[in-house]
Amino acid sequence: MTAKRELLDLLLENARYSTEDLARMTDLSEEEVVSTIETLESEGIIRGYQAVVDWHRVKEEHIRAEVELNVTLDRETGYDDIAERLGRFPEVTTLQLVSGDYDFHLEVEGDSLQEVSNFISEKVAPTPEITQTVTHYVMETYKDRGIEFEDGHGDDRLSISP
Amino acid sequence: MKPSERVQRVPPSGIRKFFELAEEKEDVISLGVGEPDFSAPWAARDAAIDSLERGKTSYTANRGKADLREAIADHVAERYDLQYDPDDEVLVTTGVSEGVDVAMRALVDPGDAVAVPQPSYISYAPSVIFADGDPLPVPTREADEFKLTYERLAESGAADAEALIFCYPNNPTGAVMTESELEPVAEFVREHDLTVFADEIYAELTYGHDHTSIATLPGMRERTVVFNGFSKAYAMTGLRLGYALAPPEATAAMNRIHQYSMLSAPTTAQHAAVEALRTCDDAVAEMVATYDRRRKLVLSRFDEMGIDCFEAKGAFYVFPEAPGGDAEAFAEDLLEAQGVAVVPGDAFGEGGEGHLRVSYATGTKDLKEAMDRIEAFL
Repeated sequence: MTAKRELLDLLLENARYSTEDLARMTDLSEEEVVSTIETLESEGIIRGYQAVVDWHRVKEEHIRAEVELNVTLDRETGYDDIAERLGRFPEVTTLQLVSGDYDFHLEVEGDSLQEVSNFISEKVAPTPEITQTVTHYVMETYKDRGIEFEDGHGDDRLSISP
Repeated sequence: MKPSERVQRVPPSGIRKFFELAEEKEDVISLGVGEPDFSAPWAARDAAIDSLERGKTSYTANRGKADLREAIADHVAERYDLQYDPDDEVLVTTGVSEGVDVAMRALVDPGDAVAVPQPSYISYAPSVIFADGDPLPVPTREADEFKLTYERLAESGAADAEALIFCYPNNPTGAVMTESELEPVAEFVREHDLTVFADEIYAELTYGHDHTSIATLPGMRERTVVFNGFSKAYAMTGLRLGYALAPPEATAAMNRIHQYSMLSAPTTAQHAAVEALRTCDDAVAEMVATYDRRRKLVLSRFDEMGIDCFEAKGAFYVFPEAPGGDAEAFAEDLLEAQGVAVVPGDAFGEGGEGHLRVSYATGTKDLKEAMDRIEAFL
């Protein structure tokens, strides 16, 4: 496995591993870890680092909606044009062109149901190329970006075994 | 009732005392566990559940389900270049432990000496004794990275033994043996006409190289019983499933005992195992990659702390020297002061004294914490 791939795997597992630990867990020196990550960042392979938050445990309202969008294209407007327009809104946290029954998949986040629904009805739906929106409000998150939200079952192995 | 003499010949397990000490304490991070910290791949668990839902709860053929034996034969051919006929050279057992037990009873006569390299997994010598054989310890040395050598076998008197049982990648040392290192061992075995019991349960857990089975060396297949199973690679320890590979007459002899003592290995586990072999290669590769990172983490940390440790390249153990030399005292004090459990090496026989078995089959976060605590303890 290349150094880049190895580091990507480790950072996907935990982006807060220290440089020292990343070096220990690979065959790389600390300097190589730093420079490889810098390369990954400058090449745009690593686009950022974020915490995975269980909003239920934060004592404030946080709303997430999954939105399906259908669009019609014309000679002047392609998928990229629509994506560029929608992607500028900070409320849109994820924007993907997908295969299947609809064209775009959006994740929209906000501090209240009102805010999110207003955003979709006032900013997204009126866009001329958008023919249909279906909004799904997230009710419960069990797993996000590979991280399970239930409390772990703990380690039930014997503490010492042969 | 008086226990039989053969039971009295077997001392209680040396890890028992440590287990009791560790169980008494709160907030212990245990690096003393000899099994994966992962659960079995979901596809394998799902296959087990599905088999139960379909009511597949009866016995299987004594030797194991035919499709499982075929899948095993295909797997070992592809992975280790081992060719065995699924009909009469594969026996599905209740873990390698049962496999070793029936092999000893089927192929060792009373009074036969069986060479047992030390340190080693704790079941071998007792299995020999339960078969009324005599275990012959063959100490391995740190200078040889705990590999078995022609010289160690000769010095220990293994020339007069009838059989040799060993395990590489090794529990407790993490030592491995490459093809060129196995060759002199095979030479010794052929010269002195020994039967070989090769426990290869950790074969998938090698780092930086592929496992070689001694049975693939010239003249070895006909005198070797290979043991492997699902416990370590597929994290299925509790499902209790292994297998023995051997020429037809040896397999028939083992099956003679197995059919009366076990009847058949657990049916639910056999369903899980078929699925594991069919679809879980990626899950295994992911676990192996994770073990390797933790192995490097632990070896680096020990090196930085000044703890001497050879570079173990297999299983999920490293076997450092105990600082101060007294492994038992070190392990007890470490447990008491910092709540980190490791196992003193002498629990695994001669040659293990002065060392500690440290398992990295523990979540990376806990492993890091344990390393910090060991560093604080020094």
